[in-house]
Amino acid sequence: MLVDKITVNLKINGLATELRVPPQKTLLEALREEAGLTGTKHGCELGECGACTVLINGSPQLSCLVLAAACDGAEVLTIEGLANGPELHPLQSAFAELGAAQCGYCTPGVLLAAAALLVRNPSPTRDEIRQALSGNLCRCTGYLQIWNAVERAAEQLRTR
Amino acid sequence: MLRLPEFSYFQPTTIAEAVALKDAHGDRAMFVSGGTDLYPNMKRRQQEPRVVISLAKVDQLNAIEMRDGGIHLGAKLTLTSLASDQRLQAGWPAFAHAASSIATPLLRNMGTLGGNLCLDTRCNYYDQSYPWRKALGFCMKKDGDTCWVAPSSAKCWAVQSSDLAPVVAALGGRIELVGPKGARTLAAEAFYNDDGIRYLNKEPGELVTGLWLPEIAGARSSYIKVAQRGSFDFPVLGVAAWARFDQQQKIAELRLVLGAIAPAPRLVPDLDKLLIGRSLDDRQAIAAAAEVAWRLARPLDNTDQAFSWRKSVVKPYVERALLGLAAR
Ligand SMILES: Cc1cc2nc3c(=O)[nH]c(=O)nc-3n(C[C@H](O)[C@H](O)[C@H](O)COP(=O)(O)OP(=O)(O)OC[C@H]3O[C@@H](n4cnc5c(N)ncnc54)[C@H](O)[C@@H]3O)c2cc1C
Ligand code: SF4
Ligand code: FES
Ligand code: FES
Repeated sequence: MLVDKITVNLKINGLATELRVPPQKTLLEALREEAGLTGTKHGCELGECGACTVLINGSPQLSCLVLAAACDGAEVLTIEGLANGPELHPLQSAFAELGAAQCGYCTPGVLLAAAALLVRNPSPTRDEIRQALSGNLCRCTGYLQIWNAVERAAEQLRTR
Repeated sequence: MLRLPEFSYFQPTTIAEAVALKDAHGDRAMFVSGGTDLYPNMKRRQQEPRVVISLAKVDQLNAIEMRDGGIHLGAKLTLTSLASDQRLQAGWPAFAHAASSIATPLLRNMGTLGGNLCLDTRCNYYDQSYPWRKALGFCMKKDGDTCWVAPSSAKCWAVQSSDLAPVVAALGGRIELVGPKGARTLAAEAFYNDDGIRYLNKEPGELVTGLWLPEIAGARSSYIKVAQRGSFDFPVLGVAAWARFDQQQKIAELRLVLGAIAPAPRLVPDLDKLLIGRSLDDRQAIAAAAEVAWRLARPLDNTDQAFSWRKSVVKPYVERALLGLAAR
């Protein structure tokens, strides 16, 4: 069966983008293979790790289980769009300073899930941070540094 | 990369259009809502629709409103929105709590009510990659003719692992359906079928449009989920309890449902003579009810955790769920 490609118009990191994809292509595949944005990682590709987390219209979701074709009209934020030009997002600097990234594979997904949390809740408790990040596995850090870094970034965002 | 197979993709904008598309494509087509169950299954070739009908643009399925002495919830509401809805938290706490216990925050932003109610049944021999299943020999649920869990069985024992399923049965919910022959509603309990392959009592062409939960004075509910980890994992046991209390806080009506131990949620029968007219302080009556549930539960060796352990925890968790009905 020959399936036609679908045209999808979306915004990726603020940039209007047109993709031509077959229906079965996931957003993860389209980002990495069509848009050249390899910052979004692929882990399990089954919803079981969170490495592929991106923000779709501000909501953290798993790009491995979303069709690119379903993203017509959506605004997608990937890790490449988190910094403001050369200026790191406070989460990114806090992660670097506090050792919250080791191998770094989970980091893009964790940062985006954390960024969405801080928009929704600028003063999260540690428990709320743990909750919000409980869909992002990290095999290196043991999570403690990650929670510390999110707390520091929240503080910086509040005072600036 | 673990890629999806090829399919044609439709995004209807109305219920009628979605149902007509399914009718036109028959068995080759499946609905998709959040995709968090269907797409992993398609990647592992457990389900292989050639036509995928997305509900993403059917805005009629987003409603949430008080109606007919209860609450109506559209099939496309996300688990995140169900878990955070204040009316549900106040009036149907077991339901809101069960929604909040599902999967992960990211999956709850995607997964929906309709998809959860229609969740495919699960089994350690089925939820595996295609090469894994091929190496062992395919099982009866997909591509094969043996059951690896109960080889002499003619029936598939894959487990209904939806967290909401036992709760909606305990709450006396009604599933709202629209098919080629029109609309109907079905008691949630009757919606599930005790067969891992034909697990829903629904015509293939029927779309779940929503759920209705009754609001009953003096009623309270609780749900306890047992899972390996506090996040990500499906239940290996779910206990949903619902009771209506009289003025003296004695049980006037009760439903107890076990989830994740069989292909369908199991209503524990014969509890009335033990519990009606009793208060929750009657620990002997509670223990006797837990014993009935324990006898009923026959988990098989096809999920996380040893099945003997899963059976052994039925009693304490049923007691906890019943005590969880206490007024707060
Ligand atoms: C890692 C992981 C962990 C999970 N943990 C849990 C858990 O703990 N508890 C739990 O209950 N679930 C869990 N899930 C399963 C799933 O995420 C949820 O059940 C979710 O609610 C499914 O909804 P969906 O909209 O994504 O379903 P979809 O994948 O869109 O659909 C699921 C099924 O329902 C059918 N369907 C969907 N909508 C309709 C409709 N309106 N009418 C008729 N048929 C329909 C589809 O054809 C498909 O067969 C988990 C999934 C993953 C990947
Ligand atoms: S219970 Fe048996 S037939 Fe059903 S999925 Fe498991 S192994 Fe296959
Ligand atoms: S790659 Fe998407 S959740 Fe693991
Ligand atoms: S830093 Fe290695 S997985 Fe998180």
